[in-house]
Amino acid sequence: MSETILDVRDLQVEFPTPAGPARAVTGVSFSLRKGMRLGLVGESGSGKTTTVLAMMQMIKSPGRVAAGQVLLAGDDLLAMSAKQIRRARFSRIALVPQGAMNSLNPVLTVRAQIEDLLEAHGAQSEAIQRKRHVTDLLLRVGLAEAVADQFPHQLSGGMKQRVCIAIAIALSPQVIIADEPTSALDVIVQKQVMQTLIHAQRAVGAAIILVGHDMGLMAQFTHVVGVMYAGQLVEIAPVKDIFANPRHPYTRMLIASLPSFTSRRVFRGIPGVAPSIVNPPSGCTFHPRCPRAEARCMQEVPSEEVFGNEQRVRCHFAHEDHNVAFA
Amino acid sequence: MLHHVSKRVGMTLLVILLAITINFLIPRAMPGDPIEQQMNQLSSSSAGSVGDVQAMVQSYRERLGLDKPLWRQYLNYLWALVQLDLGYSLVNFPERVSDVILAGLPWTVALLGTATLISFGVGTILGGLLAWPGSSHWIRTLGVPLILLSAVPYFILGILLMFLFGLTYPLFPVAGAYPFGFTPSWNFESVRLLFYHAVLPASSIILASIGTWAIAMRGMVISVRGEDYIMLAEAKGLPPRRVFFAYGLRNAMLPQLTHLALTLSHIVSGAILVEVIFAYPGIGYRLYQAIQAKDYFVVQGIVLLLSISIAVAMLVMDLIYPLIDPRIGTEKKS
Amino acid sequence: MLRSIVTALVREPMLLAGILLLLSIGFFALLGPLFIDTSQAEVGSVAPRLRPSTQYLLGTDAQGRNVLAALVRATPQTLKIGLFAGVIGLGIGCLLGLLAGYFRGWADTIIRTIADVIMTIPGIAVLVLVATNVRSMTVMLMAVIVAGLSWMYPTRTIRAQTLSMRERPYIDIARLNGIGGLELVFMEIFPNLLPYIAASFVTAVSSAMLATIGLEALGLGPQNELTLGMMIFWAQSYGAILRGLWWWWSPPVAMMALIFIGLLMTSTGMDRMVNKRLRVES
Repeated sequence: MSETILDVRDLQVEFPTPAGPARAVTGVSFSLRKGMRLGLVGESGSGKTTTVLAMMQMIKSPGRVAAGQVLLAGDDLLAMSAKQIRRARFSRIALVPQGAMNSLNPVLTVRAQIEDLLEAHGAQSEAIQRKRHVTDLLLRVGLAEAVADQFPHQLSGGMKQRVCIAIAIALSPQVIIADEPTSALDVIVQKQVMQTLIHAQRAVGAAIILVGHDMGLMAQFTHVVGVMYAGQLVEIAPVKDIFANPRHPYTRMLIASLPSFTSRRVFRGIPGVAPSIVNPPSGCTFHPRCPRAEARCMQEVPSEEVFGNEQRVRCHFAHEDHNVAFA
Repeated sequence: MLHHVSKRVGMTLLVILLAITINFLIPRAMPGDPIEQQMNQLSSSSAGSVGDVQAMVQSYRERLGLDKPLWRQYLNYLWALVQLDLGYSLVNFPERVSDVILAGLPWTVALLGTATLISFGVGTILGGLLAWPGSSHWIRTLGVPLILLSAVPYFILGILLMFLFGLTYPLFPVAGAYPFGFTPSWNFESVRLLFYHAVLPASSIILASIGTWAIAMRGMVISVRGEDYIMLAEAKGLPPRRVFFAYGLRNAMLPQLTHLALTLSHIVSGAILVEVIFAYPGIGYRLYQAIQAKDYFVVQGIVLLLSISIAVAMLVMDLIYPLIDPRIGTEKKS
Repeated sequence: MLRSIVTALVREPMLLAGILLLLSIGFFALLGPLFIDTSQAEVGSVAPRLRPSTQYLLGTDAQGRNVLAALVRATPQTLKIGLFAGVIGLGIGCLLGLLAGYFRGWADTIIRTIADVIMTIPGIAVLVLVATNVRSMTVMLMAVIVAGLSWMYPTRTIRAQTLSMRERPYIDIARLNGIGGLELVFMEIFPNLLPYIAASFVTAVSSAMLATIGLEALGLGPQNELTLGMMIFWAQSYGAILRGLWWWWSPPVAMMALIFIGLLMTSTGMDRMVNKRLRVES
């Protein structure tokens, strides 16, 4: 394939609480190659959004990045000064935010919101160039040129999402983070938006991190899937491997909870609730809800093991093969 | 859109009509006859040398149309108003009420207009800065005294300023819009003197109202700050100033303008009293003089003017609002 | 119940400070006459224009009043007007707001239209009109007049809150239980409105006092009774400020400033407390 463009090492994000620090993200490491699509899955509160926001230095005080490096083409984003990170945002690493409904400024036109990005980063100094670029971006995401002069409230949810995608690719960044880009949309529009996203990604040659909780969506659109639980990356593997042979019990349960067209069976959820990140369970954080858990899981934190084609898992029983019939 | 406009205009006309009617009815509903009172006062002060008081009262009544039935008077009143005839001053007869008003109006407009613009502008930006993380600390320390000041009515502040800068450290004149016996004209000296005389009254209004705007704006900006579009704006790497003004302030400004429209009558009332304290020859001061002299028609005329102008001002603001907030008046394209 | 009020107060220092300030002023107004001879507040009772001294702590004014005695007499009068007008305004406001917010329909439209229209007419305009035409103004009359103009804002606030509360689930349950109409309004909605009512009360009192003092400064106040506003009016007519009789005008000014600051702190504190509750609830 191609070279590594993003290298996240041992990322740790904390929020101080009266009861001690809440570890929202613990020891998360992964890397992205150019053109690759990584999916980050997990339930609400698993730390996926926090991880990607931390990468852009968007964690608001009193939360803070306690440790880790985010190397984008060799430059550590976390070590950058305020000015440097502002310059890097959207020009090197961009975000398609969760909830595009409210992410656009209601009093500015679409054009104004794309152009101020261009101006802030010193791209396209002439007005006519900017105008052309705006039109070009909108067409690329499948929107009409006329959308540029409209206000956000005049657009539908899918259109707003696509405007956000257009803004994200405006400066041809190296990495695009899409945070649950389709959660609030209906299935048909979901597919359209995802296809737009991939098309846009290909056009600028970026890598994508797709954050979500929909395993089915991940199966369709990503190359590598990472599963997050309670702030940790419990399994990460190429998409075929993770669906063919999920090694972490949580991953297995996530996949098993997907409804299937071929086999009729009882709808399976995952019992229990997400653990407290202030006072996490001892040993493996998943053990209270894990069907495979033994005494060892309560005492020892599982270390990371690598299997086959870059499948990394944090589980004492990761070596056990479980072939899941995924139809 | 047209429907919205016509609804607002209709409402304003209703308010104006109501104001006129109240203005007409209240004096006539109260016990006591102003003309008779005035005459009695005159005759007692000149030791009865005025002659047959009753005959005078009667002739004035006829002259001013007060002997006709009520509904007739009302229609006459409306008709006169349409012709912008507000009657005569009882005290300075035959001076017309409208002349009294016109003499005072420019002063009030200049004072009140400028003071409100300054305090709204500065107060709003100050309020925005108070709520924005990353603004300097000395702004926050400035905030507290200004907020305390806003609790006090304008004219009380006027009294304090008069004492401080008029008496103790005489820097500014404390009465009138220009020095006694001076005729203002269009030259530099005139403008300088006018400015000097306006400083204290204007400052009373400005200092006492800045706090109100700041607190209100601060509240709006705090809620705007939590919005998703602010997050995306920062993620885009936009310079903080741009985020503050174009994304934060502009959105918080919308309810702030509504607030301005609603508190207009309060502002005007405050300004009137400031004029009284400083003997500033605007509408407020003339109202005060008319009240003291029991010049009822002048009082009614000024009161009516106040009601109508505030109603019109609110209408104007209502109509301007869609121009600033693009969400009003434009529909979704499906 | 008392404990929860106390804990709420302690958590909101501004509210506590405001209430304490107002209470101290209240005590001064109530207990003052017991310690200070208010007969010296009559015109011509003492030698005029004397500076503050050990005999006359706040000096005397140009009309022969002991300023301290005058202050002791004037403060309760001003407070009376404010409280009275506030209570009436609030009472009407609550009633109309609840009715408009709960029953909606034409009752709402009528109430809302009247309130909006009257709000547009500057209060001082109407007050001046009425006050000029009254033969002799008294404290009570002032309170009534001012009350007539302070019901609009509470009505709006209460109406808005009632509208939103009406949609809450527990109201539906109450309705299903067969409770309806007025009983529902007073038994279910009203108790939850208490914080908003308290906040509106403070605002109503504040605006009533503002209107009162405005009228008095214009010379439309009660001529025969002494209020803080009237003290300022007399001082102003005499030119006390420019003649250096600072001990005449500064006590009533200071007292008024304290009252308004106290009211502002209380209402800000209440607003914050109410918002905190909202944030916890949602």
